[in-house]
Amino acid sequence: MINKEVSNADEAIHDIADNSTLMLGGFGLCGIPENCIAALVRKGTTGLTCISNNAGVDDFGIGLMLKTRQVKKMISSYVGENAEFERQLLTGELEVDLIPQGTLAERVRAGGAGIPAFFTPAGYGTEVAEGKEVRAFDGKMHLLESWLRADFALVKAWKGDKSGNLVFKGTARNFNPMMAMAGKITIAEVEELVEVGELDPNQVHTPGIYVQRIFQGEGYEKRIEQRTTRIK
Amino acid sequence: MLDKIGIAKRIAQEVQDGTYINLGIGIPTLVANFIPENINVVLQSENGLLGIGPFPEEEQVDADLINAGKQTVTTLPGSSLFSSSESFEMIRGGHVDLTILGAMEVSENGNIANWKIPGKMVKGMGGAMDLVASADNIIVAMQHCSRSGDSKLLKSCSLPITGLNCVKKVVTNMAVLDILPEGGFKLLERAPGVSVDEIKAATAGKLVVEGEIPEMKLD
Repeated sequence: MINKEVSNADEAIHDIADNSTLMLGGFGLCGIPENCIAALVRKGTTGLTCISNNAGVDDFGIGLMLKTRQVKKMISSYVGENAEFERQLLTGELEVDLIPQGTLAERVRAGGAGIPAFFTPAGYGTEVAEGKEVRAFDGKMHLLESWLRADFALVKAWKGDKSGNLVFKGTARNFNPMMAMAGKITIAEVEELVEVGELDPNQVHTPGIYVQRIFQGEGYEKRIEQRTTRIK
Repeated sequence: MLDKIGIAKRIAQEVQDGTYINLGIGIPTLVANFIPENINVVLQSENGLLGIGPFPEEEQVDADLINAGKQTVTTLPGSSLFSSSESFEMIRGGHVDLTILGAMEVSENGNIANWKIPGKMVKGMGGAMDLVASADNIIVAMQHCSRSGDSKLLKSCSLPITGLNCVKKVVTNMAVLDILPEGGFKLLERAPGVSVDEIKAATAGKLVVEGEIPEMKLD
């Protein structure tokens, strides 16, 4: 087995250059690469294009990189939880490409799967369709959408082994498996890094072939956006 | 007039046994609380969960288990977890039987607008465009009029469209209406205490009224 372990987030992201295109896993703040984001803020990399379903909140997740003006462009489906994001967007400091969530997920999957384009009905007849090829299949209209790929994919898993096999937990899986496939270099941070052989091959969600670097993250905050409970 | 709970209760009556359902954020999420116990359904959350359970008790809260509204939830016996791409394969592939979502405007030919107010709100469409483009059965839950009193049931939508010719039924605080295949809102039921004339006055799109219109039965 190939050992892909690096010692920490700073080492993992050391060669992410200014103006790179990144994919960052997560849905809201669930399953985001907290350690890699913190390391990017420390490194001060700028001009980044970030492909991520959301843009974090003002003081966590990708919001931390927006505050420091490290992000040039966001490619997302929903950005409603971030006032600084909205401010930068309305003043034109930040470029934003809003994409239907299923189309975003499939474009990333296509990027990793070597499918340059596909047709989907989502967005037909809307602003999203502007400039796109339209074709009818079985009488229903579809849009041609192209793949997305990135210089680096930053993903977060629950467990991983040193050869890069990953296991996710709960709804923290979300965009992470497809992004792991679509990065030229995929960096996985995990809550628990184990030796090769300790993961049951039947239970691996993302095979290690997609992952180039892996490390055990530390100090996971795993912030909750809408803590909703019921009385016993 | 109905409150939000009333709208949710009325929509819950539309839910069929043995179906898979996607509930949007807001009033649609409340529908889950009023589905009768003898009706078995599975709720889908587009962030990767089939079989959404109730909100957790305080000590069960798990940051890794949320719904599409980012609220903490639980799983149920028989739940399953998957990626976002698989989630939208279920939606796009037509495997989800019913989608219930909110809207800012609906037109008489079933167009829906619910993602953008130019110059004002730029939050994004999330999964709404995928859902409305692929679901066979879409019910919209919304207020009949905006806060300023303007009808939200229109001849054509004034806001940017989310999807074309897709809404089948609208349940508002005033009425239950079907969207006719040839266009028009067919009035099916009135909310308690609301007259047909009041509904006519509050509906800017073509309203079709045939015969006596019964009052909704809730509870």
